[in-house]
Amino acid sequence: MARRETDQRLLPPMRGLAHDFYSFCKEHELRFQKCSRCGRWRHVPREMCPDCGSFDYEWAKSSGRGQVFSWASTDQPMLPQFADAVPYAIAIVELEEGVRMASWVVDVPPNELTIGLPVVVVFDDITSGVTLPKFRRLQA
Amino acid sequence: MHPLKDKACIVGVGETAYTRGTDRSVLNQMLRAATSALDDAGLKPHDIDGIVTAMPTPTVEHLAANLGIPDLRYSASSNIGGAAAVAALQTGAMAIALGLANTVLVPVGWNAFSGGGVRGAGRSGAMRLPPSFGLTMSEYYMPFGLAVPVQWLAWLTTRYLHEYQVPLEGPAAVAVAARKHAQLNEKAYMRGRPLTLEDYRNARMITEPFRLFDCCLETDGACAVILSSAERAPDLRKCPVYIAGAAEGHPLPADDIPGRREFLKIGLSFATPRALAMAEVKIEDLDFVQIYDCFTHIVLLELEALGICKAGEAGQFVQNGRIELGGDLPFNTHGGLLAEAHVAGLNHVAEATRQLRRECGARQVANAELGVVTGFGDFGDGSLLVLRR
Repeated sequence: MARRETDQRLLPPMRGLAHDFYSFCKEHELRFQKCSRCGRWRHVPREMCPDCGSFDYEWAKSSGRGQVFSWASTDQPMLPQFADAVPYAIAIVELEEGVRMASWVVDVPPNELTIGLPVVVVFDDITSGVTLPKFRRLQA
Repeated sequence: MHPLKDKACIVGVGETAYTRGTDRSVLNQMLRAATSALDDAGLKPHDIDGIVTAMPTPTVEHLAANLGIPDLRYSASSNIGGAAAVAALQTGAMAIALGLANTVLVPVGWNAFSGGGVRGAGRSGAMRLPPSFGLTMSEYYMPFGLAVPVQWLAWLTTRYLHEYQVPLEGPAAVAVAARKHAQLNEKAYMRGRPLTLEDYRNARMITEPFRLFDCCLETDGACAVILSSAERAPDLRKCPVYIAGAAEGHPLPADDIPGRREFLKIGLSFATPRALAMAEVKIEDLDFVQIYDCFTHIVLLELEALGICKAGEAGQFVQNGRIELGGDLPFNTHGGLLAEAHVAGLNHVAEATRQLRRECGARQVANAELGVVTGFGDFGDGSLLVLRR
């Protein structure tokens, strides 16, 4: 059953730094690497700080608030696993801490997305083992 | 003077027919293209002593074994997607300039149509993704349903269109010019099928903002280029074309698009000043440009990265026939990936070579002396060749 789930959902491989990132998501916490030396936040996770070269970091908790930076709307099924989801958009969300990540804005249809739209993280438990960080519109 | 400038020449180019549907393997077609390029140069397979590939497979070993190369002295592979063909030529030129090889083959083959193409990339799962960006893709993009170029380049393009008010007529002019040029090229897949602005506007949306004719073709076929030294080139069959400048460049970071601080700065932005400096030329000196045209909007970004126009202005620049034959700066005189075939951009090198040899007949750029070929691959890796006769 678990294997079938994997085939259908295109789950992130739970290994290395991705395992760490998604493990926090499973606890409904959005955390990013923050360099222990220079203090810079980063995503996607890296072994070392591209700015100062330090190998030391903490998984710092994000406010979860950000805004839409860009997006890729998908009107045709590009992936069989997402055929039922079209139309959808993979948004780039810029968090308050400065990092950007690919995700969804779950309550805004693709044709209503705007750059700068304020959003806040929500957690989608897509399987018993995997939770994806997604976003919803942040009401003023 | 830069030690690579004018040290290596393109002495042979060749290709298979460009089709949709073939019974021949990619390797078979690459070998046929290589044979054709060798004929063009007046050389034999056994003259090759270096091979640089621009895709993970088939490997140098497969190619050398079939060609019967008695002493392969140099091999390398560039794996930066659509930027790899031009980058492979840079590497080949280096091998020749340093005396590591005398005759280098750079082949590209792709059954993009019969093999399922990029459209099938997502369907085949994360394990088939190129290692250059596959990790980021499988860990952070694919779980959200993003897996193919038309999607990740929509990230760049959506932001580009937001930052600059790019008119629809910009990408349309790119599509129309490419198709117009293909009508003058007997090898072009789209020969006999002209495209009007109205056709462009009415075409279905693939992924916002890309309409059908913003997207390159998926075809079957192969192309090959033979390099030799500047000393030897004049003794071969055709007019030598000199590699006057070459460079590659990479966006920061190359393996993740959302995380870029300078979001619209592509690899070609880094490569351009290096290649032009090596060649000791200015961008104003060019007689033509062959631009990696995976999508029309990416052509606009590349024109800006080349410094041909300022940021956000390419959509205006390309209008009114300026990039068509007879215009100020003809682009993709063969039709490019949009209208000739998708051979990962090596066909752009073949066309630039023939333009500089002045073999192009009805689509010849008058008195062509100097041109460039760009590459654009993966998440925005870039490469650039400056070629002169």
